Formats: sequence, structure tokens, C-alpha cells
Amino acid sequence: MALAIRRYNDILCATKWFIRRDCRVFSTLPETVEQYPKPQVVKEQRSSRIRANASNPKLAYRQIYPEFLPDPNPKWRNSLREKLERADMLKRRSQIDIPEFYVGSILAVTVADPHAQGKVTKFVGICIERKGCGLRAEFTLRNVVDHQGVEVRYDLYDPTVQKIQVLRLEKRLDDKLFYLRDALPEYSTFAFDMDPEILPEGTPVPVNAVQVILKPRPWLERWERQELKGVANIEEHLKEKDRVRRELRATPWEKYDLMKTYRKTIPVEDQNKIWAEVNSQLEQLQLTRKKMSRKRIFNTPKVQLG
Amino acid sequence: MLKSLIKKLHVVQSSCGFHTTASLNEVRLLTRLRVVDNSEIGKRAMAEGKPPKIICVYNKQRVGYIGDRVLVAIKGQKKKGILVGLKQTQKVKVPKFDSNNVVLIDDNGTPLGNRIHVPIPTILRTILKEKTHSKGADYTKLLSIATRFV
Repeated sequence: MALAIRRYNDILCATKWFIRRDCRVFSTLPETVEQYPKPQVVKEQRSSRIRANASNPKLAYRQIYPEFLPDPNPKWRNSLREKLERADMLKRRSQIDIPEFYVGSILAVTVADPHAQGKVTKFVGICIERKGCGLRAEFTLRNVVDHQGVEVRYDLYDPTVQKIQVLRLEKRLDDKLFYLRDALPEYSTFAFDMDPEILPEGTPVPVNAVQVILKPRPWLERWERQELKGVANIEEHLKEKDRVRRELRATPWEKYDLMKTYRKTIPVEDQNKIWAEVNSQLEQLQLTRKKMSRKRIFNTPKVQLG
Repeated sequence: MLKSLIKKLHVVQSSCGFHTTASLNEVRLLTRLRVVDNSEIGKRAMAEGKPPKIICVYNKQRVGYIGDRVLVAIKGQKKKGILVGLKQTQKVKVPKFDSNNVVLIDDNGTPLGNRIHVPIPTILRTILKEKTHSKGADYTKLLSIATRFV
């Protein structure tokens, strides 16, 4: 009986939520790539998105600060814990500049290292995954060093992280770039002494539409079943059997599953509350960051003695 | 219907009918490794396409973790080695590599080669220092032949 009531409630909420708004605009999921087939189209889409968000600018934050939104699973919701975590995150952000970055951006992370002699280690790599919410938010960097693929996972709010620098701010065609493990090594090779590329202010985040070339099988995962957009040559390596099984395993109806989308997202009301709570402090942090970046740009060269 | 579904779930949970070693990328008995130093035997074994096989992991769990000592079969000989990089998912800030790397050592902990070509995790500095006893083998010699730490 209780179960029936709960299910009924669920459906009621979902219908309400769906009737109210176009669900896409406020989804907490990473943006689907269908919106960005080509970089030329991106600009129009972007501007339309910005216009949609213009009525509520706070909602633009969910792209930049995804870890401020809690896990939508009702089992793990706890409003008090979420609030405390948000306060802690803001405190940490006031200490260290955590920049805006996405999966596909190239980052340099400097960490205090108790094992090293110099006491810090710096790692440069492409962000292949970003997950977790609250203080447990983490991201994974991948690079190929001396012909050896290396991946390091970092906590975003780890107190030993000294500096996070975005060397190249861009997005890729997929939400997760695990296929780089099976791709040719040049697609994940980045120099440790790379210079940061500065985007002019106000430009949308560019989408890098590069398609990687996979090595022949065996692969680590069944990439052919994951509908990847950033891979060029999956079909070359498939046999008839794989194509048949992909068809059998495909779930094309899932994108119409409203209940599933609803359970994976945070409703607009909840998001509004959260963003209203953190808005003022985030804006202040942004201002200070702008000031700092201006300082860096107009730095006068030191006069050399002698 | 619901009952049958629950029953099904229970069955799945109680009996683990699938192998987890391969998906966890564990280093166990008979795992193939990659020799990353420039010792003569290691170089030849890798060039011939006969990478060494683990025949013993010297710890209680018999699953090799980073910095563990292993006994490998390489070109018909038994050699000891130290795991310096694993495919398995690692803890935060510990690097995960694309291959399972090993550096060959002799019984005193002295490496057989004199150069390591791939990056070495910095956490090995602490791990190997802890494993070294004052009168036993000295494993920290391995760190001095490393070229790069990540």
C-alpha cells in the first residue's frame, strides 16, 4: 500500500514538473552533445541557451559549479548535510581559486606531496571524467608520459591541492573520455610545460569536435554500444556479431523516459533555493578572480639591475 | 511478480556467478607484467614478446598492490621484482597506469638494470622506505635509478 502511494506521488510530481517547464533547460545532467554537432552551430545554440537563462541567471551556475547540486537519489538526500557541505565548499573556494572547467579541458594541478623531496608535484593532463557532488567532487586527469599512459584522480576540495590551473578551456563531444585509453597515444599526450591559453572574456566555451582513432581490439570496454560521438573508426573493427548484439542491447526508448530523467535531476525549485543561498558569495569570488587576473595581465616587467 | 523479482535479485546478490579479477585488473598469480627497467634479461624478454609471469606475490592477500614484492618467471628463470605501477583503480592522488609495471631486483633489493624508462609514483618513496629493514634488503636503491616521478 505504502509502495503504491509512493509511486503515485512520484508520478504526480513528475507530471507536475514536466508540465511546468521544458525539462531540458534545467536538467542537471551534463549537456547532451546533440546540441553541438558542429562548432558553427554552437554559437546559435549557446546564445539561445543564454537567453533562456537570462530570466534566471543563477541557473547558468549549474554548468560551472555542478558539484553544488546534491545527488538526486532520494536515499542520500539530507538537507542539513548539504547545507553544511556548501558552506565548507565556499570556505575552501575563498582560499584557493577553483576555476571553471569541463570534461575535455586541459588542467595543471599542483599538490603538496609528503613523499617528494621538493614537497610539491605538478601533473598536467586532460580531464576525462568529473563526478561526485559536494565535498566528494572529483576529477580524473590523463596524460601520456614517456610513452606510458598515466591517470591521476584528484578531489576538487582536497586541502593538499595548492593550485588548479586551466591550460586550455574547452569541451569535447562526450561526457566521459574513457575511450582515450584505447585511442592512439597522441590524442592524450600533453607537454608538462604547456602555456595557458587565455580566452577573451564573454566568449562561449569552445567545443573541440576532434574524433579520436581507436587502436584495434581488444578494447577495455564495448565502445560500440555507448553511442560515442568522439570516436572516428569504431565500425572498422566490428564484426557482424557485434553489430547484431548492439542492436539487441540498444535502448532507444530511454530518452523518452520522463521518470528516469526526473529521478536524475534536481527540480527547479530546489535549484533556485541552492543558487540563491550561494549566489552572493560565488559572485564575490568571481570578482576577486577577475581582479587577480587583471593584476597578472598588467604586471610590469621587473627592471634588471646592471 | 514483485516477489519473483525480489527473489531474482536475492539470487544475484548471494551467489557471485562471475569473475571479478579481470574487471578489477588485479595482479595475481600468472598475471603478465611489463618490465620497465633496462636489465638485459628484461629487455630480451619484452622484445621476444614473452613478458614475465607472476609465480608468487609476497603478501598475505596474494594480490599485488603498489610497491609489493613479486616472484616472476622470466625466460625460464625465477627473478624477484617490485610492482611500480598498476592498472587497477588507485586511491586519490596515486597514479593509475595503462600497464602493470615491474622492476627486477635481486635478493638484496639491488635493481638488475640501471635506468627506469617510465614515470614512477611518488608514493613509492614512502612505501619502499617502510619495507626496507636496517639489516635486510634495501629497496630504496630502486628510487635512485628512476628518471621521473608523477
